[in-house]
Amino acid sequence: MSDTPSHLQYTAEHEWIEAGSPATVGITATAAEALGDIVYLELPEVGAAITAGAVIGEVESTKSVSELFSPVTGTVVEVNTAAVDEPSVVNAEPYGAGWLLKVEVESTGPLLTPEEYAALAAG
Amino acid sequence: MNDDAPTIESPLHAEHVALGATLVPFAGWSMPLRYSSDLAEHQAVRSAAGLFDLSHMGELHLDGPGAGAALDHALVGNLTALAVGRARYTMIVAEDGGIIDDLIVYRLGDESYLVVANASNVAVVAQELAARSAGFDAVLTDRSLDTALIAVQGPAAAEIVVGLTDPAAADAVRELKYYASTSATVGGVAALVARTGYTGEDGFELFVPAAEAPGLWRTILAAGQPHGLVPAGLAARDSLRLEAGMPLYGNELDRTTAPHDAGLGRVVKLDKPGPFVGREALASRAHATPSRVLVGLVGSGRRAARHGYPVVTSTADDAPVIGSVTSGAPSPTLGVPVAMAYVSPEVSAPDTELAVDIRGRREPVRVVALPFYRRSH
Repeated sequence: MSDTPSHLQYTAEHEWIEAGSPATVGITATAAEALGDIVYLELPEVGAAITAGAVIGEVESTKSVSELFSPVTGTVVEVNTAAVDEPSVVNAEPYGAGWLLKVEVESTGPLLTPEEYAALAAG
Repeated sequence: MNDDAPTIESPLHAEHVALGATLVPFAGWSMPLRYSSDLAEHQAVRSAAGLFDLSHMGELHLDGPGAGAALDHALVGNLTALAVGRARYTMIVAEDGGIIDDLIVYRLGDESYLVVANASNVAVVAQELAARSAGFDAVLTDRSLDTALIAVQGPAAAEIVVGLTDPAAADAVRELKYYASTSATVGGVAALVARTGYTGEDGFELFVPAAEAPGLWRTILAAGQPHGLVPAGLAARDSLRLEAGMPLYGNELDRTTAPHDAGLGRVVKLDKPGPFVGREALASRAHATPSRVLVGLVGSGRRAARHGYPVVTSTADDAPVIGSVTSGAPSPTLGVPVAMAYVSPEVSAPDTELAVDIRGRREPVRVVALPFYRRSH
């Protein structure tokens, strides 16, 4: 069973967000495992205004592709270019070196607690 | 498929669990999608060897003096002309020429054939074979559940399998031709050893009694490890067959598709003696211009076309739809997105520039001859 770090918040679409200024966004271990080996990330550019619940990118594996939904409304201030160059890091460390975006948050969408997300991911 | 139906466990289920496989429902079975990494498993098959559990495939035996004639009537191929010990890729079609399933038929003896069907179609193929062979002196036996099928695929496959074969049969296995089979004891287990596969590499498929499968699986894993063999799941199998340009039933082939549409008109033997189911429909298709052609598409960007995406004439927003993607993925071997698609004949020539609508954005693709990958060793 995938781990669900207790210091993060989650979306029903399998993103995580770590509160902060800026906040950090990634996809969960459950999502990464379901996709298989990730070979391509399409992420918004630095400076892009993103809206909670909107599609802001794509995560593609050999087997399938998944859209990336923004957990928050705000402005992208940093993109993990190392992950774009070598997407396997998202499989290896989805909560660490495989983070995707840093965002200055204006407001958040509906977020799940670790317990709520773990229940959803197990279901 | 009834989603509530209990899934069937492979005879190798406990092995998959012990190896930490991700198991998924597949055509009514619970089968390994991957053990660790799709890409690593794919690359191991291209560079060394992969071990696959294909026990979900259907094994239908037809035996008796009329077995060959029954298959000639039931299938599009000429199976009475098949030599003992050889195999053929063939199809079973409906009266209208639509493909019910694609099959490999092995001739095991003068009066003995093995028909291997896709897991999702075993029931309908068994039903059709029973009905179509009713007037012939032949007995149909479905041994799908008590037969395990283990494939060893990759450039190191021959060394691994021959090394495990009883010395008396080792030469026969080493020299086995592509699409041929022989009985041999492998790893102490009596097996039907076939030089067939679905990966574009050299390799073997071993049909063994279900009860013997776990022991043989472990023996091959242990003997293969020094050669770089790894267990490989359905995800790798799909990306390997796509690179090799091999059709998958449900993607490239279905009831609305005739063999000629898929570029497989050669499997239809109109000149074989006697009528067969679908002959009239296929005879009229043989000389007609097909309304669509199966082609390969290679992308220049990173985003991959997937099953069902529309093929359009160009990246322009108003470019018309001229086809549909049947399978697609980022090719691990080639490093670019590849896809198979049905397109209008007028845009099917190699090097034609087209585009695919990938979730609302049109990405350029180029028509190429299949397969995308051909082994060099």
